[in-house]
Amino acid sequence: MSPLTRTDRTLINRLQDDLPLARRPFAGLAKELGLSEDDLLTRIARLKSDGILTRFGPFFDAAAMGGDFCLCAMAVPEDAFDAVLTKVNAHPEVAHNYERTHRLNMWFVLACETPEGITQTADAIEAETGITVFRFPKLQEFFIGFRVAA
Amino acid sequence: MTMDATDRRIVEALQGGLPLVAEPYARVAAELALPEGELIDRLQAMKDSGAIRRIAAAPNHYKLGMTANGMTVWDVADDRLAELGAKIGALPFVTHCYERPRALPDWPYNLFAMVHGSSREEVAEKRAVITDILGDALNGCDILYSTRILKKTGLRLRKRG
Repeated sequence: MSPLTRTDRTLINRLQDDLPLARRPFAGLAKELGLSEDDLLTRIARLKSDGILTRFGPFFDAAAMGGDFCLCAMAVPEDAFDAVLTKVNAHPEVAHNYERTHRLNMWFVLACETPEGITQTADAIEAETGITVFRFPKLQEFFIGFRVAA
Repeated sequence: MTMDATDRRIVEALQGGLPLVAEPYARVAAELALPEGELIDRLQAMKDSGAIRRIAAAPNHYKLGMTANGMTVWDVADDRLAELGAKIGALPFVTHCYERPRALPDWPYNLFAMVHGSSREEVAEKRAVITDILGDALNGCDILYSTRILKKTGLRLRKRG
């Protein structure tokens, strides 16, 4: 991975803002950064292949599409961790999953097309692993800042 | 919003990301055999309804030097939660802030706030700011650092048919 240049950092920050929905969505940003469109696209592709950006595109909100999200957690014994992880991640509804420092050591978000999908998926994971899936749906959202300064 | 079959095909085509070409919608429209204008109009409707939150990049916090990622969790008096949650959510270093249900006796916390930093010391300092704001409404707290990304794909529709 090559070190990030100042232009890369500006680009990463700007790419976390909403890109205009236009036929040439990158043209304005390229101009702003003093780059050609091709150069801009090559840089974004490099940031993706270096793993600095994990994804670039629309962020779909399952809840607004009639589905639902739910944060879930499990207390997974260390010696079973990899086996449980394989079973959990095999569900396409598991959108992200993090290992965390707590007795509840596996935290994942379910994104489902229907509200019932949350219960069905969480119940299926419990049945497959024999481990309780704690469910923490959001009751109230206070703010999503979401940006990380590069 | 209600998604029709065409919207669903659009989500399936874009859930992995936008093609990195100068005219990405023209390419996706061609793959879906839709006019480019219709694709853009439908995406605009999804943005208007909130089905698309934004068209943007998801960065890898770790690779940007944000190696300390703490999920701070708080047991806050229920009758103070709305007022205090709004204050915590407005802090510049909090990226997500939610009220979630407790799961007693295993989990007494009802407020979750994500705090990122370049070290655990930095995250601990930020956490102390939250502790001060919560004051006497606070009954207990904890912090869970992420130690590994186990999956990060975002929404994926299940294949149909």
